[in-house]
Amino acid sequence: MSANLYGDTTSSPNKDHIISVIVRDEPRVLTRITSMFARRGFNIKSLSVGTTENAGVSRMTIVVGGDDNILQQAIRQLEKLIDVIKVIDHREEKFVDRELVLVKVTITPETRVEVRHIAEDFRARIVDVGRYALMFEVTGDEGKITAFIEQMRPFGIIETMRTGRVALSRGSNADIPTQVYTGGESKSLEPVLGDVEI
Amino acid sequence: MNGAQALWQTLINHNITTVFGYPGGAVIPLYDALTGFPEMRHILVRHEQGASHAAEGWAKSTGEVGVCLATSGPGATNLVTGLADAMMDSVPIVAITGNVPRALIGTDAFQEADITGITMPITKHNYLVRSANDLPRILAEAIRLARSGRPGPVLVDIPKDVQLEAFTGEIPAPHARPEMPAPAQEAIEVALSALRKAQRPILMVGGGAMDASEEIIAFAKAWNIPVITTLMGLGIFPAGDPLWLGMPGMHGSVAANRAITNADVLVGIGLRFDDRVTGKVSRFAKNATIIHVDIDAAEISKLVHAHIPVRGDAAKAARAFTAQPTFLENKEWHAKLQEWKERYVRHPVWSAGYAIKKIVDQLSPDDVLSTDVGQHQMLAAQLARFQKPRKWLTSGGLGTMGFGFPAAIGSALGVPGVRSVVIAGDGGFQMTAQELATLTKYRIPVKIAVINNSFLGMVRQWQELFHENRYSEVWLGDSNPDFIKLADAYGIHAVRATNSEEMESAIEAWLNHDGPSLLEAVVPNEHGVFPMVPAGASLEEMVETHEEAKQKQ
Ligand SMILES: Cc1ncc(C[n+]2csc(CCOP(=O)(O)OP(=O)(O)O)c2C)c(N)n1
Repeated sequence: MSANLYGDTTSSPNKDHIISVIVRDEPRVLTRITSMFARRGFNIKSLSVGTTENAGVSRMTIVVGGDDNILQQAIRQLEKLIDVIKVIDHREEKFVDRELVLVKVTITPETRVEVRHIAEDFRARIVDVGRYALMFEVTGDEGKITAFIEQMRPFGIIETMRTGRVALSRGSNADIPTQVYTGGESKSLEPVLGDVEI
Repeated sequence: MNGAQALWQTLINHNITTVFGYPGGAVIPLYDALTGFPEMRHILVRHEQGASHAAEGWAKSTGEVGVCLATSGPGATNLVTGLADAMMDSVPIVAITGNVPRALIGTDAFQEADITGITMPITKHNYLVRSANDLPRILAEAIRLARSGRPGPVLVDIPKDVQLEAFTGEIPAPHARPEMPAPAQEAIEVALSALRKAQRPILMVGGGAMDASEEIIAFAKAWNIPVITTLMGLGIFPAGDPLWLGMPGMHGSVAANRAITNADVLVGIGLRFDDRVTGKVSRFAKNATIIHVDIDAAEISKLVHAHIPVRGDAAKAARAFTAQPTFLENKEWHAKLQEWKERYVRHPVWSAGYAIKKIVDQLSPDDVLSTDVGQHQMLAAQLARFQKPRKWLTSGGLGTMGFGFPAAIGSALGVPGVRSVVIAGDGGFQMTAQELATLTKYRIPVKIAVINNSFLGMVRQWQELFHENRYSEVWLGDSNPDFIKLADAYGIHAVRATNSEEMESAIEAWLNHDGPSLLEAVVPNEHGVFPMVPAGASLEEMVETHEEAKQKQ
C-alpha cells in the first residue's frame, strides 16, 4: 500500500534508487521530465544529463528518493512520456556508477602534508593549489566520495560541487539497441516506442 | 502551398472536417487559408473554453479526435481548462494554437504566451512547430497520439511565420489506427482462477472501457457477475439490467458501495480508482482480491494495490475473460445485492431530483445527455438510465463547471440527427452561456435544461453539512439573469417551469421545439444529493439522508 491522500502508511522503507532514462533530444525534454517529478511529488536526489554517441538521443541518470512504490510510479510515469525512449531500473542488473566532485579544503602549513596524504589514498587529483586552500577532484561511487568528504571535513571544507551520479549497466550489451535511434535528426519525431522491442 | 494550407489539407486527409475555433492575430494566416477549403467546417464559438469543451463533446460522443483552434496568448490560455479536463478524462482532442513569429518568441512580444510550457502537465504531449515542412508530419503524429493507448489531449503550437512559410514536402498519409495491446495470457489465467472461486464477485467498469461495452456485457452475463459502472463508465453496461448495481463512490448507490465493501473479488476494467470513487483508500474493497485491467501501466497499483495486474486493452481483456466462463450462481450474494438495490432515494415532488427525473424519463436510449458540474450532475448520474456507451458526457476527473453546454454543442455536431440534451445548474451554465450565440449562428438543436436552485448548490450542500450552514458566497438568486429573457436575447426559444404540473408541459414544449431551446426549472434549494460518502470517509460510512448526515457531524 502506498502513501496517499488519506495518510495511509507505506510499507517499504525509503531509500535511493538509481535509474537511467534514455530520451529524445527535443527541446524541453528536461523540463518535461523534471516537471513530472515535481507535479507528482517525487523527489529527485540527483540528476545528470548528457548527449550520447547517437545524435538526437540523450541519457539521464536520476536518483529517486522514496519507497518502492514511488520508484515504480516514477518509472511508469516516465515511460508514458513521448520523449522517453527507455527507462532502465538499475536494480535489475549490475551497473557501474560514478560521481565527480570538486572539493576545496582549507590548509595551514601544519596540515598541508596530511591533507595531501589523505588525498593520495583516495586517488584524488589536486586541480588547484592556493596558499590557504587546495582543490581536489575525486571520482568514484557515492561511498568513496562521502568518505573523502568526511576525511576532509576536520580540516575545513570551504565548498564542494558534485556533478550528480552517472550510471551504465555492466556487460557488453548496450542498454537499448542502436536501431532505435539511428536514422538522423528528422527521425527523432518518429514513434520510436511502438516500433521496436525494447 | 504554405504551412497554413498544409495544416487544413492534413486535417482533411485525416477525415477531420469540423474545427471549433476563434480567430486572432497569430492565426490570421490559418483563417485566410481556410477560405480555400470549403469542405472544412469551422464553428465560431464565443470563448475559446467553449471550443475546447465542444471538441471534447465531439470526441466523447463520436470516439474520434475533436479539434479546437485558438490564437496565441489569451486565446491559447483560454483553452487551458478544456485541455486539463480532457487530460483527466482521457479525451482525445488536438488543440491548435498560433504563436508569435519565431523571431519574437521569448521576447514578451504582443500576445505571446509560452503555451507549450503552460500546458505541459495537462497534455499528453505538445509541440512547438519550427518549420512549415514539419507541420503536417507533427499534426499527423499529434492526431495519432491523441487517440493511441490511453487517449488524451495534444497541443500543436504554430508560430505565425511558420503558417506563412512555403511547404515543399508531401502531406503524409494518416497513421494506421494503433493496435491496442492484448493482455498477457498468464495474467488472464491467474485472474480467471481467482474469479472461479469467487463467492461475492463484482465487476467495476470505468470510462477506459467505453469501447468494450459489448465484451463487458458478454463477460458479465457469462459469469453472472454484478456490474458497477463509474461516473465515467455509465452506459457501458445497460442500466436497469438485473446485474447492474449503479454507480460507486461519493454519490454512488447503496448497492454499489455495499457491494464494494463486501466483495471478495473485484474486477476493475478501465478505471483509475479516483478518490471520489474509493473514499478512504485503505478501507476500499478491503475484503477483495483486486484484478485491475488497464491500458496505462502507471494506473495499476497507483492508488489501490492490484493483487492481479492485467495490462492491456479493455475489450481484449474482457473477451479473454469470457473465453472459458464459469457461471457463478452465488444466490445469497445476489439476494443481498437485490435487497440493497431497493434502497434508493425518493425525491420530493418538487425538487431538482424530481425535475431531473422527469427530464431523463423523456430521453430515448439514443439521446446524448451532457451535464455541467454540481448537484444536478450527480442527480442526473443517479437517475438517468443509460443503455449504450457514449451517450453520457460529463466532466468527471476535473469537475469543470462550464463543461456541459459546449460539450453538448460538440456532440450535436458530431452525431447529427441524434438529440443532444444538456442539464446544467444556474451557476455553471453562466460560465459558458455565451455559446447560446453559437447555437443561434448555426441553428444547432441543443436542448438546454437549467436547473435553477438559486444557489451554487453543491457548495451549499457542503457548507450545510460540514460548515454549520454558513452559506458563504453561494447565493445566486439575487443576481441570476432571467434565463428566459437571456435565451430570447440570443434568439433562442425558452420555457419555464416552477412546479410539477408546469414541468410536464414545459418539457414537452422544450423537447418538441424544432431547433435549439432552453428549459428553466425553478426548484427549491434546500435539497441535497444523497446518498453521500463524506469526503475522506470510507464507503461503509455512507449516509442515506440529510438527517443521518447531520447526526454524524
Ligand atoms: C470552474 C469551477 N469552479 C468552481 C467549481 C466548484 N464547484 C463545484 S460544484 C459548484 C456549484 C455548482 O452550482 P450550480 O452550477 O448552480 O449547480 P448545482 O450544484 O446547484 O446543481 C461549484 C462552485 C467547479 N467545480 N468548477
